[in-house]
Amino acid sequence: MKFLLDKLNKSAPDFEPGGKLEKLYPLFEAQDTFLFTPPDVTTGKTHVRDTVDLKRVMITVVLALIPCTLFGIWNTGHQYNHVNQLAGGLLNDTLMGARWVLPIIFVSYLFGGLCEVAFAIIRKHEINEGFLVTGLLFPLTLPPTIPLWQVAVGIMFGTIIGKEIFGGTGFNILNPALTARAFLFFAYPMQMSGEVWTKLKEGAMTVDGWTAATPLAVATLAPNGGKDQVLQALAEHGYTLKSMMMGMEGGSIAETAALPILIGALILVVTGIGSWRIMVGGVVGLFVGSLLLNLSPQEGYKSFLHLPFAYHLVIGSFLFGIVFMATDPVSAAATNTGKWIYGGLIGILTVVIRVTNPAYPEGVMLSILFMNVMAPLIDHYVVTAHIKVRTAYIRKFGYAKG
Amino acid sequence: MIVDLINIAVQAMFIENMILAFFLGMCSFLALSKKVETAAGLGIAVVFVLTLTCPLNYLIHSTFLEKGAWLWTVLPGESFKNLDLSFLNFICFIAVIATSVQFVELVLDRFFPPLYNALGIFLPLITVNCSILGGSLFMVEREYNLAESAVFGFGSGMGFFLAIVGLAAIRKKLRYSHIPNGLRGLGMTFILTGLMAIGFMCFAGISLTN
Repeated sequence: MKFLLDKLNKSAPDFEPGGKLEKLYPLFEAQDTFLFTPPDVTTGKTHVRDTVDLKRVMITVVLALIPCTLFGIWNTGHQYNHVNQLAGGLLNDTLMGARWVLPIIFVSYLFGGLCEVAFAIIRKHEINEGFLVTGLLFPLTLPPTIPLWQVAVGIMFGTIIGKEIFGGTGFNILNPALTARAFLFFAYPMQMSGEVWTKLKEGAMTVDGWTAATPLAVATLAPNGGKDQVLQALAEHGYTLKSMMMGMEGGSIAETAALPILIGALILVVTGIGSWRIMVGGVVGLFVGSLLLNLSPQEGYKSFLHLPFAYHLVIGSFLFGIVFMATDPVSAAATNTGKWIYGGLIGILTVVIRVTNPAYPEGVMLSILFMNVMAPLIDHYVVTAHIKVRTAYIRKFGYAKG
Repeated sequence: MIVDLINIAVQAMFIENMILAFFLGMCSFLALSKKVETAAGLGIAVVFVLTLTCPLNYLIHSTFLEKGAWLWTVLPGESFKNLDLSFLNFICFIAVIATSVQFVELVLDRFFPPLYNALGIFLPLITVNCSILGGSLFMVEREYNLAESAVFGFGSGMGFFLAIVGLAAIRKKLRYSHIPNGLRGLGMTFILTGLMAIGFMCFAGISLTN
């Protein structure tokens, strides 16, 4: 550590204004503050500095994502070995999974990082750890069979259009990882298979035999009728409530199992970084939405309408989306009341899109994006309403007189 | 019947949003989305004008302009049976729209002067707002009846309202952001419109009928 500190301090003058590498200052600064506590102190009137700064916030999210990542790596290898009838076992599965997943994560970090650095140098802002989160969230939502160049194009679109043109971390309106995901989804539906957050259709794939239908696809195609039909269709493909919670099935890399996501959720909530209001609001919205759809008539309607709430909760990638994507503090609603509304509407929209939209079996990604668009409006009206209430209060009791 | 009407309204509002799916009426959308209050005012004006003009234009179209529309009159049969005046659609629709806008203008000037001033030149310009003429033309093309066209007009207006108010709130938030110089103002707004359209894509393809 001492060695590193000396090295950094020695090269510091080169990067400071007037030094020969002045233009690369953001790179130096990123190194310095990543490894050591920055020596900066406040100079203005405000002297309260929270120790949980942007870097710590972001790194906590990365930590919370690690269980999902590890599970995703293992599950990808497990699926691959299982389908191709190779030898399984923890080690084999993990190694095979790493072979598929790590290149995706690497490419995502590399190209996302390059964009971030380029913008930081040109626009003279700091390199933010935000890209560590975006660069990990994005690959985790992709099918493992995606071509690597698409990962690169996607993450670059997400970083530049989704974040950097707004001025970098903290200014964007849409979640950059989701922007990248949506861009790929609409630009290359073939590789994303036209199924959001699910695996590839037959014939559009690079891995032989990787064609079993995901639970959502099964549920969409279930015959008309009531609840029994859809549950039976799921059971025929080996999907029960328990198996979908365990998540040992095909799908995007890290969204299939409930447990690692819940561990991540716990970390986010305990550290206060992810908003529990959004998460609870989302689950409540999902509950209300599925309950309302369950009320629809049975005869001649899709049996998917009658899928119970518990299944909706675990079936696709709702948990992953609501825990990691929807709680992004930049693009979510900022007011507490707004967070409830925002989360609740995500839940309701997710069910509605899943059930009524044949184009997208999974609605989490798009409903979060839509609510990202609407979040500033929710905030605006929450704040305006609050001001109205307070003004009326003051008028009534006259505290503002004089 | 009711279900069909709701279907049309929801479709016009979300799935085939005038702004974010058809990109009609962009000029006022881009120019008047700086403040949420102004945007809401314009949105309400558009809702009102669309809800009024769609059914009115439907009546005019079906009574006078459509092929064979003159059959209800007592005028001598044969020569009027095949009379097709639908080439007059545009001019008639625009006249109706201009009249409704004048009406809205008078009302706003009399009862909401601050909003009237804030909307400025863009209020009379609703007359040539593509989404309003577009509403009437879609109504003809899709062969809606009177009730349907009223609901369609209302739904499209609400779609416009939602989009412009949403954009205004986003732009309010963006006032604190650090946008590159060349992109400030309209450039950024165009990109925002594109990103919003991606958000609205979640509704594309929803079918409520089954």
